[in-house]
Amino acid sequence: MNPSRISQLFARCRAENEPALIAYITAGDPSLERTVSLVEAMELGGADLIELGVPFSDPIADGPVIMRATERALANGASLAGVLEVARQVRKRSQIPMLLFSYLNPLLQYGFAKLAADAVAAGIDGILMTDASVEEAGKFVPVVRAAGLDTVFLAAPTSPMARLQKVAEYSSGFVYLVSRTGVTGVRDQVSGSAAELVAKMRQVTDLPLAVGFGIAKAADAGEVAKIADGVVVGSAFVRIIESYAGSPELESKLAEFTRELKEGAKAGRA
Amino acid sequence: MITSSNPYNGPDSGGHFGPYGGRYVPEVLMNPLEELEQAYAAAREDPTFHAELAGLLKDYAGRPTPLYFAKRLSETLGGAKIYIKREDLLHTGAHKINNALGQILLARRMGKERIIAETGAGQHGVATATVCALFGMKCVIYMGEEDMRRQRLNVFRMRLLGATVTGVTSGSRTLKDAISEAMRDWVTNVGDTHYLLGSALGSHPYPMMVRDFHSCMGIEARAQILEKEGRLPDQVIACVGGGSNAIGIFHAFIPDVGVKLVGVEAGGRSLEPGQHAARFAGGSPGVLQGCYSYVLQNGDGQISLTHSVSAGLDYAMIGPEHANLADEGRAEYVPCSDADALEAAQILARTEGLIPALESAHGVAEALRRAPSASGQIFIVNLSGRGDKDIDIYRENLKELDEPESN
Repeated sequence: MNPSRISQLFARCRAENEPALIAYITAGDPSLERTVSLVEAMELGGADLIELGVPFSDPIADGPVIMRATERALANGASLAGVLEVARQVRKRSQIPMLLFSYLNPLLQYGFAKLAADAVAAGIDGILMTDASVEEAGKFVPVVRAAGLDTVFLAAPTSPMARLQKVAEYSSGFVYLVSRTGVTGVRDQVSGSAAELVAKMRQVTDLPLAVGFGIAKAADAGEVAKIADGVVVGSAFVRIIESYAGSPELESKLAEFTRELKEGAKAGRA
Repeated sequence: MITSSNPYNGPDSGGHFGPYGGRYVPEVLMNPLEELEQAYAAAREDPTFHAELAGLLKDYAGRPTPLYFAKRLSETLGGAKIYIKREDLLHTGAHKINNALGQILLARRMGKERIIAETGAGQHGVATATVCALFGMKCVIYMGEEDMRRQRLNVFRMRLLGATVTGVTSGSRTLKDAISEAMRDWVTNVGDTHYLLGSALGSHPYPMMVRDFHSCMGIEARAQILEKEGRLPDQVIACVGGGSNAIGIFHAFIPDVGVKLVGVEAGGRSLEPGQHAARFAGGSPGVLQGCYSYVLQNGDGQISLTHSVSAGLDYAMIGPEHANLADEGRAEYVPCSDADALEAAQILARTEGLIPALESAHGVAEALRRAPSASGQIFIVNLSGRGDKDIDIYRENLKELDEPESN
């Protein structure tokens, strides 16, 4: 099998000593149609990988910003099928890697065999399940991988070495390191526990490592880029979408913010 | 004793009852759950833990509770002999104190200083606030704003006991949203905080542990009925929200295959989507808040809104052990409407002088329905809580009793 778009991205970034900027967006906020153009704006600003968030009614791992985005998306009728349609539209014009980012239940109800086939057809490159431990989600990994999709799992500061090993074992493409305990959301400072987690994870895997949770500013992105292959930003993007949802300026604001983050991340490597 | 000779001592090592249960949480919570499981396993084997818990259950909470023969009620219905397990007599007014005492001892063993909990009807919140006062621990209770409105008395009781009650404004502002908010707190403060979950729900080891702490109800009831009647009952009936009181009274009877186990879910206003919380009448297996079980959801896997006149039954998912008991045909689950529960409460009040919690009234209603055609049978109904907390809701729904000239 050819290397996935996600693997190719990190290979290129490593070769060029460039940090990857990973941008999360709640699909369907403010509308599925608009999500397509927001993804394009983030790509234009320099995002390297898009996490397409599937809205779920009970997002236990999310803070207020993404909770509100989720409520807006569901109120506007977003569903997993709709999110796959967003991916299909993006893929018509772009080769940017896309990761489906979802709580487990919408995926379970859709059915993993059908999901794997439909996701590949829509141009999705991988799946991350927020609330699925490797113990429970392990059984879904073979069908997802067989379709050619990557499976990305979360590692946390609370995970002991034995768990980090399991996370690495079930992950492909990259591993998503949660920088601190807590829900998603913007913080004034990136947690010091991130560096420790990266060091532990490096002992058990050669996979690229991306760090997320609480990163909101160019300077934060630079700090993370010093230690990790990728920098994940979510709530800070969603907050801009919330603020400018009714404005034609939204796309340009989003592109501009993406550019700042990417420059900040690169500065961390200089 | 928690460890009984009951052969039905599931779950498996991953916390599964058949296909249900398990651990569906963000990675941040996996290690805390593993630590909790280990701490509980150690406590379960420790006689000093059992001795301390048994002492508190007896002298502080008021166990054992009586098994009362409801003679007038039985005669009025003219069929089965109805016995009532009097959990309503426990300190704080409901069975919830059993589990709260068990978990607070465990939290202390683990060195935790801060306790968080969710509550629906407020009974678990009151029980948690009570044991936190008793052990001098910080206590934060999450409660949906809709439930705070309909259970105002319990909100005040929790605050009087020194707890902080935090209103939750997301979703339907009921129990489900309170659990989500408690989980967000736990994800953030895992180091010093124990999540004192109040139902037989959530991730392993909670469904097993909460069941174990409540299994005293069934163990007592089984011995009591054998003493009074010289035989086992024909039916054991309990209301089911998450399912803690039901699994607590069912568990000792599971090996007695001749004993029918009947769980009563909230049938609400009707069995249309959004109007009830009867998971076996419209639900299907799915994942919510750390657990795989029957849940009310739409075709996209979004969790449905629920309704019940009783806040404690107003929840979209049923505990995983109940899901497995239903699949295996060992227990049956039936819905009871708001109206039937309210009527049953009045009948119990007027024939026996017992005002039940609205949750428990659902179980009573099913017993009333079955009794007339069950001559010669013996029923045990779990009266999981008393109705003091529900007086405002009774008043809203029984306006004719609230007129100045009514008598």
